[in-house]
Amino acid sequence: MIEAVLVAGAVVCAVRAIRATQLLSSALWLAGVSALVSILLYRLGAHQIAVIELSVGAGLVTVLFVFAISIAGDDGLTERTILPNWLAVGLIALFVGLLAWMVLPLDEPALATAETAFESVLWGDRALDVLVQTVMIFTGVLCLVMLLKERAPSARRGSLVSERELARPSAAARGNGHRPAIAVIEPAPSPAEVEDIHA
Amino acid sequence: MNAMTMIALAVMGLVGAGLYGLLIMRNLFKVVIALQILVKGALLALVAAGQASEQVNLGQSLAVTVIVADTIVAVVGLGLAVQAKRLLGTLDVKALSNLRG
Repeated sequence: MIEAVLVAGAVVCAVRAIRATQLLSSALWLAGVSALVSILLYRLGAHQIAVIELSVGAGLVTVLFVFAISIAGDDGLTERTILPNWLAVGLIALFVGLLAWMVLPLDEPALATAETAFESVLWGDRALDVLVQTVMIFTGVLCLVMLLKERAPSARRGSLVSERELARPSAAARGNGHRPAIAVIEPAPSPAEVEDIHA
Repeated sequence: MNAMTMIALAVMGLVGAGLYGLLIMRNLFKVVIALQILVKGALLALVAAGQASEQVNLGQSLAVTVIVADTIVAVVGLGLAVQAKRLLGTLDVKALSNLRG
C-alpha cells in the first residue's frame, strides 16, 4: 500500500515539474521526485543508493538548479515545440504501453540478500567504474569552470574598441575621403633660390 | 498488485514524464529537468532489476555510476543554459540552432 502512495506521489511530482510555469517550482517538484524515489530505493533494499540519491539528487542538484536560476533568471518561456501536444502524448502512450506489455506481470521476488558487502563489489569488481566516475567528475568540473568563466578584460576592451571603430563615421561620409595614396615630398628651397624668387 | 509491479509502474511513469518533457519543452532548464526525471526512472529500473535477478550489489554499483553521470550532465547542462542566457538573451532551445561554426 505504501508503495502505491509513493509511486503515485513520484509520478505526480514529475508531471508537476514538467508542467509548472515557474522554473523555481519545477526545481522544487524535481526535489520531491528525488526524495520519493530515494524512499522507494530504500524500501527495495538499496540503502546506500537511497542515501546517495537523497543527498545528491534532492540536495546538490536542487541547490545547483536554484543557483543557476538565480543567475540566469526565469525566462517565462511557455511556448511549446513544433510537435503537437496530442502527438507527443500519443507517442508516450505507445511507448509506455509497449513497455508494460513486455514487462508486466512481474512476480514477487524473494528479497535477495547480498552475499558480499556492497563496498567490496564497488571497489573490487567494479573498480573500472570508479575510475570512470572520477574522470567524469573532473571533466564535469573543468567544463563548468570553462563555461562559467567571465570574459577576459582585454577581450572585453578590444570588443569595445572595435565597436567604437564601427560606430565612427567613415571618411567618405565626413567629406574628406579623397586623400592621395602616395604623398610626394618636395625638398625645401635653399635660401639662394628664395632670394631669386623675391628678386 | 505486488511491490515489483508498483516499481515497474513508477519506472513507466517517470520515463514517460521525462520523455514527454524532452519532446515538448523549449526552455533549456526544463529540458534538463526532464532529463533528470528520465534518469531517475532508469535508476529505479536498474536497482529493481538487480533485486529481481538476485544481483543486488551489481545493480547498486551500476546505480552509483548512473547517479554520478546524471549529476555531471545536470551540471554541464545548467552551465550551458547560463551561458546561452548570457550570450543569446534567451533560454529557448530553438535559438541555439542558429549557432554556426
